[in-house]
Amino acid sequence: MKKEFNTIANLVEKKSKVLDVGCGDGELMKYIYENITNDIRGLEISKSNVQKCVAKGLTVIEGDAEKDLKQFPKSSFDYVILSQTLQAFLDPENVISELLRVGKKAIVTIPNFGYWKVRIHLLFRGTMPITKDLPNEWYNTPNLHMCTIKDFVNYCNKKNIKINSKNLSYKNLFSQLGIFVIEK
Amino acid sequence: MNDIDKVKKLIIDKPLKLDCGQTISNFPLAYETYGKLNDKKDNAILAFHALTGDQFASDINPITNKEGWWNYLIGPGKAIDTRKYFVICANVIGGCMGSYGPSNINPKNNKNFGTEFPVITINDMVNAQYHLLEFFKIKKLFSVLGGSMGGMQVLQFVSNFPDKSVTAIPIACTHSHSAQNIALNELGRQSIMADHNWTNGFYGDNNKSPDKGLAVARMAAHITYLSKKGLQEKFGRKLQERDDLKFGFDADFQIESYLRHQGSVFVDRFDANSYLYITRAMDYFDLSKQFDGNLSKAFEKTDTKFFIISFTSDWLYPTSENREIVIALNSIGKDVGFAEITSDKGHDSFLLNIPDFLNTIKNFLNTSYNKKNEKRI
Repeated sequence: MKKEFNTIANLVEKKSKVLDVGCGDGELMKYIYENITNDIRGLEISKSNVQKCVAKGLTVIEGDAEKDLKQFPKSSFDYVILSQTLQAFLDPENVISELLRVGKKAIVTIPNFGYWKVRIHLLFRGTMPITKDLPNEWYNTPNLHMCTIKDFVNYCNKKNIKINSKNLSYKNLFSQLGIFVIEK
Repeated sequence: MNDIDKVKKLIIDKPLKLDCGQTISNFPLAYETYGKLNDKKDNAILAFHALTGDQFASDINPITNKEGWWNYLIGPGKAIDTRKYFVICANVIGGCMGSYGPSNINPKNNKNFGTEFPVITINDMVNAQYHLLEFFKIKKLFSVLGGSMGGMQVLQFVSNFPDKSVTAIPIACTHSHSAQNIALNELGRQSIMADHNWTNGFYGDNNKSPDKGLAVARMAAHITYLSKKGLQEKFGRKLQERDDLKFGFDADFQIESYLRHQGSVFVDRFDANSYLYITRAMDYFDLSKQFDGNLSKAFEKTDTKFFIISFTSDWLYPTSENREIVIALNSIGKDVGFAEITSDKGHDSFLLNIPDFLNTIKNFLNTSYNKKNEKRI
């Protein structure tokens, strides 16, 4: 059980209706299902992950967040979760607006490119940073749109999206991961 | 006594008004069951068969002595474990395995109905089978499932009876028969009708059935159940028991021989008029049209939990058409899961031993069954 999952799960209110976008093998969904709410389903693009979710008894829809979120009606979920996949989309801006349309609130997590180890790696080694949360080389990374915690907060402020952003400079330097609850 | 007279039949005495306007009553519905209905009567699954299927989904079909068409899926210890679930399967009306169909005797003239049998629809088939619930005193089924035309029946069933099944699994199907599929069905029908023995459907009178026409219809249809890749891998250009081409029109290629075999064994177990009637029912199926073009409305009243399955190489009922059903359900916030199973076996995949497919059904059903009694958090 990743610590991140625990943090995310604690942000979800009991008995609420949840969609996990890019739910992967269903570990987070399973945890939320067992501890927070039964009313949770996932959207997942990988066939093998869909099978893993089905094997866990989870409700999963095979599909692509960039194309398939539009089929859900407005505010059809209390929470829409997007865990560490925002940076991998072709058009993250569109995904964010779809998350906020489909969900009353969205929980978004991003690997923080402003984390001090990442900064130091680039500063001293002069190569693309590789860390626990960013394990790939530049040529095989699925991440197309890396950002820092500060970038994400600035973006939300610019777009009038409500976001929790206390101690921003501190968090931007010392967090490997940003976890946000955003709403329109 | 003919074998077919020995199959289990429910005589439906209530009149059934068909979509064509006619009303039928006191008609037989042939069915088979697998497993035991439990005391709570909450473990019943109604399986719907496809175009050329019948009620013998599992075990050995007593008429053909072959394995049931869904024997990979249904049986003791299988994905749908009949030690746990009670599976009911009925022959559709219009069929030829004991249910009311064109080969039945018309009381007016003591001859086969032939083409005087009323045209039936998917809706009619489902309404007839609904009587099985009353017969077994089942308040609510645990699941309805079926592939291809069976999937269409699943959709129609949930639409007609929104609170009569906990779960529903439409497989490799569509909510609206496409032009391509109508065209392919018409090819089969014209092939039957072009056979001299068809005699406008009244071949029962002269004991010569349109076997050649029906065999060609089956051959053409069989190609559509496979995929190009599957055919190429299985047959390629392999020759049939010969070292070289014979420069004639015998079956030089294995694929030719295979198709001829499929055609000839089919005519032994299927009635040509039933083929006409059932393909017509599929062509007429358009669930969205029943709801002014809005498919979501078909499911507005239901809380049935759906899981929809399609196959990568199915070009007859492609993923895109199955996905339209997922979208219709999602757009009104219904509970729906969806998986596209990787297979190069084409539309036929739903009848085959494909572990990801069988496991998907098994896991979905078992967890839904357990959750039924679970406390909600």
